[in-house]
Amino acid sequence: MLNFTLKQLTTELAAKRVSSVEVAEFFLKRINTLGKTLNAFISVDAEKTLTAAQAADRLIAAGKAGPLTGVPVAHKDIFCAKGWLTTCGSKMLANFRAPYDAHVIEQFNAAGAVTVGKTNMDEFAMGSSNETSFFGPVRNPWNTQTVPGGSSGGSAAAVAARLAPVATGTDTGGSIRQPAALTGICGLKPTYGVVSRYGMIAFASSLDQAGPFAKTAEDLGIMLNAMAGFDPRDSTSLERAREDYTRDLEKPLAGLRVGLPREFFAEGMSPDVAKAIDEAIAQYRKLGCTMVEVSLPNMKLSVPVYYVLAPAEASSNLSRFDGVRYGYRAPEYGDLSDMYKKSRAQGFGAEVKRRILIGTYVLSHGYYDAYYIKAQKLRRLIAQDFVAAFKQCDVILGPTSPGTAFKIGEKSGDPVQMYLSDIYTIAVNLAGLPGMSLPCGFDRANLPVGMQLIGDYFGEAKMLNVAHQYQLATDWHMRMPQGI
Amino acid sequence: MKWEVVIGLETHAQLSTRSKIFSGSSTAFGASPNSQASAVDIALPGVLPVLNRGAVERAIRFGLAVGATISPRSIFARKNYFYPDLPKGYQISQYELPVVQGGSLTVMVGDVEKTVRLTRAHLEEDAGKSLHEDFRGMSGIDLNRAGTPLLEIVTEPDMASAEEAVAYAKALHALVQWIGICDGNMQEGSFRCDANVSIRRPGEPLGTRCEIKNLNSFNFMEKAIQYEVRRQTELIEDGGRVVQETRLYDPDRDETRSMRSKEDAMDYRYFPDPDLLPLEITPQWIAQVKAEMRELPGTKRGLYLTGYGLSAYDAQLLTQSFEWSDYFETALAACGLADKAAAAKQIANLMTGELAATLNRSETEITDAPVKPGALAGLVRKCVDGTLNNKMAKEVFAAMWAGEGDADAIIEQRGLKQISDSGEIEKIVDQVLAANAKSVEEFRAGKEKAFNALVGQVMKATKGKANPTQVNDLLKKKLAG
Repeated sequence: MLNFTLKQLTTELAAKRVSSVEVAEFFLKRINTLGKTLNAFISVDAEKTLTAAQAADRLIAAGKAGPLTGVPVAHKDIFCAKGWLTTCGSKMLANFRAPYDAHVIEQFNAAGAVTVGKTNMDEFAMGSSNETSFFGPVRNPWNTQTVPGGSSGGSAAAVAARLAPVATGTDTGGSIRQPAALTGICGLKPTYGVVSRYGMIAFASSLDQAGPFAKTAEDLGIMLNAMAGFDPRDSTSLERAREDYTRDLEKPLAGLRVGLPREFFAEGMSPDVAKAIDEAIAQYRKLGCTMVEVSLPNMKLSVPVYYVLAPAEASSNLSRFDGVRYGYRAPEYGDLSDMYKKSRAQGFGAEVKRRILIGTYVLSHGYYDAYYIKAQKLRRLIAQDFVAAFKQCDVILGPTSPGTAFKIGEKSGDPVQMYLSDIYTIAVNLAGLPGMSLPCGFDRANLPVGMQLIGDYFGEAKMLNVAHQYQLATDWHMRMPQGI
Repeated sequence: MKWEVVIGLETHAQLSTRSKIFSGSSTAFGASPNSQASAVDIALPGVLPVLNRGAVERAIRFGLAVGATISPRSIFARKNYFYPDLPKGYQISQYELPVVQGGSLTVMVGDVEKTVRLTRAHLEEDAGKSLHEDFRGMSGIDLNRAGTPLLEIVTEPDMASAEEAVAYAKALHALVQWIGICDGNMQEGSFRCDANVSIRRPGEPLGTRCEIKNLNSFNFMEKAIQYEVRRQTELIEDGGRVVQETRLYDPDRDETRSMRSKEDAMDYRYFPDPDLLPLEITPQWIAQVKAEMRELPGTKRGLYLTGYGLSAYDAQLLTQSFEWSDYFETALAACGLADKAAAAKQIANLMTGELAATLNRSETEITDAPVKPGALAGLVRKCVDGTLNNKMAKEVFAAMWAGEGDADAIIEQRGLKQISDSGEIEKIVDQVLAANAKSVEEFRAGKEKAFNALVGQVMKATKGKANPTQVNDLLKKKLAG
């Protein structure tokens, strides 16, 4: 059961060779042992999980099982789940028990999936290493001295360490793809608007998008089928016909044009990552693909643009955490203004405060045009680069992250170095495009390397097809960390 | 020293939607605290706003009513500040691109028409309420009002006196109710104004203004502006300088007090709300709203003036609200008279006279008046055909109000029939002239008042039943003879 894909697990459940309760117990046990070492989870609630598993078993017995019925899913602690603590990795919400379900949670519950816990994450999804969590850093199962990436580090570590077969995450600047790469699993960020943001605690509203983690591209497709869909409670949710994201998995790739952005390969990539990506390109050639050089001339601006826009939105989104109605309130304070100051000073961690300060600054009178408006203009240019590139190719390929998993503490003192670890992923969020990461090799320290695929708008099915065909020809995705 | 007063008004009209502007909670007034505050209204983590189309539809109606441009695309922006009754830490409003741009409102200031230009009107959400009285050392927060839709209507600095400002505010108050976008309830805060007041010498650039906040009655508005003009005049004439600031009017002391100066003004860090898409309004939507709209008061006024020959004063009163004009038109149709002008004049007289006075006295709304338009029409017919004179009409109206039946029955019962037989009237006139030789002499000596005394004597002799027009004519003829 340990290394079962979602697809395999569902087959076993449907054939009643194993019950949902047995599966849940199996993973809960792992979460309570290895999960603790890795610090992958913030909340585990065996009773809730087993109750859901029993309900799933009844559905299976009644012949009413869907593709996710009885399957354990680990949810990033950014999704409100009724009755569960929903902390967003922050002291500010350490005591917040959500009174309602996020759309994503509703969808999984309706499909009969079983929540096995809420995973650790960078505080308010702000971080690339999972070190900013109030609940402590998550450890990478490939090497517990290294980070799993972030901000969805707990979900990525959980799937990589086989604490759950699949998990959910959110991606604002790479927070699904980068940890997927650093932990040797698959992760997908859909086109902006495909998954409802309702009930997902906002970091940067115009960039945030939820997506799945899994071992295989096929499993990502099954997960996305459950997560996607129009939700009238999110005005940015797109009203489109439902689609089956696994429909194109088996299509051969002969004739496919794979775009290689010149700027991705120019500099910054570590030699081991470059080697693995080159080998993946060679593999795609073998599969009949044509490589096309494309250019994203404005991509170099994506990190500065992102670090204007995302903090601007965050500074406003996080204003609701004021200690008045819920969440952390300083135990002692003078007047109202003092209550705000102390509650927020004590409730938020350093990285969150840094971004609130940056965001407040760029929106201030006299700076707004120079920063916010300018960044919005550049965002459009970055998006236009992709539109132009997709006239020449069907999918874009490159690295997910410039390097592999780094040591805990290695970059936490240098925010700019940390921000640069998202250099290949951020532009995709700014453009609103779908992107994914899948494992494509290891570095000399036996840490996984991820390759990134970027699809055109609503090109998830094609992207998954491209990834699946690669996974049929390789086995990187089925490798497990030693000693788990 | 002559000073010119410059006033601009900002009005918050609460839109009459059943649910809030960005959530499904009820907007009903007076519910127990926080019973109408949903997850969205209290800004739980993860919730998102969804725009209420009913609020937009009302903004379109307003734009059409004031001849404004309705933006094909407008943007919701966040206005960021911290306050306990502002749950998200920002208010969703419109900043750079409002839904309604320009337009104007023409109002009567006394007998003079005055056109006030509008700058804009934008949609926004209201905040909740902080209650400081009931809690010792703490404040209570009621979020029932949080998220209530508002239309903020901003004028150009076009008003030159408290009187003009009040006339505009009253006309706007009537208009928003007429087009059914706001209930106009000022006690409940559904319609509240801020006034920007400054003074200058004629021909000079605008002076420094002060903003007087939250004027929730026309009376307070008038007094607050008058006070503020006095204060600024005295300040400048004493060699001082007006400081730009926000002031509050204290009705108990009839003065305005400084609330905060411009230096303390907050930086709201407006930026487009990424949770809401740009608001797009198609020409089809506007056309549909237009087709469903009532005729506007200005159009009705025009009809009353030129179509029925009513006075500007009557036309103004009859269009004070949709209910008044509806009463008038229903009564007019029920009269079924060929001479519409005569019937209209008679209805207008009764409505602006007896009906208005009685409604006022009994604190009744026109829609609740016991004398319905159809019944009034019965009375009007008896006036137009000469059965009743004005005095009798008043008596019949009072009896109708008291529930004594319709006009015909009351006239019958009380024997109220005007004497229009000229022979009969002439006889009485002769008697009166004979008996009042002194008055006749006075009149001939040029004392006009004596004529009225004679009319009074004739009416008295007929117990008020003589046709006053005939009495007048006869008396004039006889006295001239």
